[in-house]
Amino acid sequence: MEKQRYERPLIKRMENDMPNKFGMKPENFPKSKIDGVKVSDLIAEHGSPLFVISESTIRNTYRKAKKAFATRYPKVQFAWSYKTNYLDAVCSIYHQEGSWAEVVSGFEYQKAINNGVNGKRIIFNGPDKTEADLEMAIKNGSLIHIDHLDELYTIINLTEKIEQKPRVAIRVNMDTGIYPMWDRFGFNYENGQAWDALNKIMASGKMELMGLHCHIGTFMLSAKAYGVAATKLSDLALGIKAKYGHEIKYIDLGGGFPSKNTLKGSYLPGRDVNPGFDDFAEEISSALLKANFAPDSLPLLILETGRALIDDAGYLLGTVISNKRSSAGKRTTIIDVGVNILFTSYWYDHKVSPAQEFTQFSETTTLYGPLCMNIDVVRDNALLPLLNKGDHFVIHHVGAYNMTQWMQFITLRPKVVMIDPEGKVHVIRDSETMETFSRQESKPEHLKKFEL
Amino acid sequence: MKIKSNIAVSDSGFIFNPDTGESFTVNPLGASIISYIKEGKSVKDITGELRQVYEIDVNTLEKDTEDFLGLLKNFSLLTDA
Ligand SMILES: Cc1ncc(COP(=O)(O)O)c(C=O)c1O
Repeated sequence: MEKQRYERPLIKRMENDMPNKFGMKPENFPKSKIDGVKVSDLIAEHGSPLFVISESTIRNTYRKAKKAFATRYPKVQFAWSYKTNYLDAVCSIYHQEGSWAEVVSGFEYQKAINNGVNGKRIIFNGPDKTEADLEMAIKNGSLIHIDHLDELYTIINLTEKIEQKPRVAIRVNMDTGIYPMWDRFGFNYENGQAWDALNKIMASGKMELMGLHCHIGTFMLSAKAYGVAATKLSDLALGIKAKYGHEIKYIDLGGGFPSKNTLKGSYLPGRDVNPGFDDFAEEISSALLKANFAPDSLPLLILETGRALIDDAGYLLGTVISNKRSSAGKRTTIIDVGVNILFTSYWYDHKVSPAQEFTQFSETTTLYGPLCMNIDVVRDNALLPLLNKGDHFVIHHVGAYNMTQWMQFITLRPKVVMIDPEGKVHVIRDSETMETFSRQESKPEHLKKFEL
Repeated sequence: MKIKSNIAVSDSGFIFNPDTGESFTVNPLGASIISYIKEGKSVKDITGELRQVYEIDVNTLEKDTEDFLGLLKNFSLLTDA
């Protein structure tokens, strides 16, 4: 007789109080395959934990976003936000789709160049651009988004020794009605700093003022705020045209659209309540079209969308290490995925699906990572089917920021694979090994010997 | 080890404790364990029986069974006597 699949015994007290989010139906179906490839095969071949990226999802999401804007506004350009995920394979998909590169450091800038991006198609943001970075960006004709006056003066000084005219924009911060207001980057709109910087650029005559930029926040749940931002930047652009007869080529509204993740503490799942590309496109396009630009001189709309384009294309596969009970009798589960590789578990209640069939029985459990650290909690109170030791699971919507902000801490960082549209699996970043570390470290001669 | 005599488990895994007014649900494996206890079987007997039916190693099964019995005691459904 063939034996049955084991599910551990479960008893639950039925509560009569109001339904709450933990009493809702499990958020789950089994996720046994990703783009047609079995989770169990992926783990057998590449180990656990394992990041998996779906090329098809990246392309489909990008096309959806592009369409939402292009059907409402005639001139739209996306620039891939490198910090969100700068694996070369990932960036190259966006570049193939037509995205420029948006970078915030010399390191990211070099990555874009190495990926084959034309310097003219690189947007250079960020508060820390060294003189060498700026020199390279000026020579390559990149779009330099000036963050502060010291940077502005450095660029003016550089024009003494570099022939090319720097192509610049300023970053503007502003009140868009959301809290907290991000005012640490760029020049403020309301108090006149932005105008002051623009006047300095125009008066110097040494730079080509190409555009205006803002990035008002991240995971923004209000589409209206983008309408406000578009209106304020349009106002500046029209003011420059009136005062200097100079036409601004583009308005760059940065990133910040939410993915389908659920923010911690949110009552309803993100996939049901977060605004989508169409909502943002509607607000932004109507604000730009309503501004008083002449029909033949509408600025190019640039978007540096990160999170919303990549989050849903990333999965993190893992394995159950053990089930335990806390001193108070609460179920806890230890998994091989920790907060060191899933940085976004501080932000989100990530959706977790078992990778194998399960029954309708479920249990509220806390998912602890493998680190020997109290902070290592991947999900608090997740209502999950009964997972056994050795079972696999899939964590969803992990494509943004994890593969750049992950930490090498206690364990080595795992592999990243990409599934192409034909279902072929490619390793796009190898796991770290002991050699990775011995290559970086060195030990002074007098410490090489000891006896214990 | 005894399940209180006035406690019944329905086919759908519903349990009512008339002493406290509390109700519970159990999954099929939980229901089987309760019925084995009612038949007077020991933990060893129970895990032996279950291993015939389920694809599971003995350590995990014992650990999960002990954990389940702990919860039954906690919910005052099981007494040591
Ligand atoms: C200047 C700039 N542009 C774009 C982004 C991407 O933002 P998001 O991932 O929220 O779309 C960021 C992220 O911090 C940023 O700083």
